[in-house]
Amino acid sequence: MSKFRKKGGKASPEISTASLPDIIFMLLFFFMVVTVLRDSSLKVDVKTPNATELTKLEKKSLVNYIYIGRPTEQYRKTYGTKPRIQLGDKFSKIEDIPLFLEKHKSKVSENMRGGIKTSLRIDKSVTMGIVTDVKLALRRAGQLLVNYSAKPRVD
Amino acid sequence: MARTSTRDRMKNEINAGSMADIAFLLLIFFLVTTTIVEDKGVLVKLPPWSEEPPDITKLKTRNVYSVLVNADDQLLVRGEEMKVSELRDNAKIFIKNPQKLENMAENPKKAIISMKNDRGTKYETYLEVYNELKAAYNELRDEEANAKHGKDYDYCTKDQRTAIRMAIPLVISEAEPTSFGEEN
Repeated sequence: MSKFRKKGGKASPEISTASLPDIIFMLLFFFMVVTVLRDSSLKVDVKTPNATELTKLEKKSLVNYIYIGRPTEQYRKTYGTKPRIQLGDKFSKIEDIPLFLEKHKSKVSENMRGGIKTSLRIDKSVTMGIVTDVKLALRRAGQLLVNYSAKPRVD
Repeated sequence: MARTSTRDRMKNEINAGSMADIAFLLLIFFLVTTTIVEDKGVLVKLPPWSEEPPDITKLKTRNVYSVLVNADDQLLVRGEEMKVSELRDNAKIFIKNPQKLENMAENPKKAIISMKNDRGTKYETYLEVYNELKAAYNELRDEEANAKHGKDYDYCTKDQRTAIRMAIPLVISEAEPTSFGEEN
């Protein structure tokens, strides 16, 4: 008899939650590795076009970003709807590009500077006028490796 | 007496239950502040800047594949209208010239693609055209690699790739754009 009673008394074993933090930490590390910190909020609308011949950009520290697009809703009153350039986190002019590139260059170690790429994140609807001006400014500044940011096309 | 013995106290553990909450908090923070890396694009090497105008070297017309894109996003390829979808195959035939026609490139090394657009051309069209031209070259290189080494260009060794690159060099020259349809 006493044998059965003993079994009844043990009826509520708890699931050990001690390993739960480990699981969550694993998830956490996964996300930390897979993602990059969003360093600048976009003030222009950028919907990149689609393309097929894509190259992946590696080495984030060697890439600087130039955004071109129309100002988002909240900036339209002050800046209008003409395409604008965004460098870092503010609206800029073509003349600001050399300084922007130089600032980025100073953060990169000397032997890596040849590999600096500029990622042009340009909205689909923008016309080539402003893009040409930016390209010219990049050439003048000696920044020749350029990446036209695009999404893979699904055929 | 209800006093716990020293042995009992030794058994006390730190409650790890709240650890999960802390980790969750961190997790959610990272989820919110980050974006998944998806930066891909068409890599281009721009020509270096020089003050003096480029010296005009005479090229044989047969070696030049001129692509014009106007402000209405229409294509004019070697004097004829064309759709973007036809551009890739047409460019491939021009570069490779399998039938050794008189009016196409002498050989892939001598072929030059000249691209000119308007300031009013849509960026989307420009990139599409550029993409097609690059795709034509990539396909030709793949074909060459398959014929020579039996595998795609990307899977060849470094030396093989350099050899193919020398045989089919990618030359896309871009002219100063016209400005008929600048956006106001």
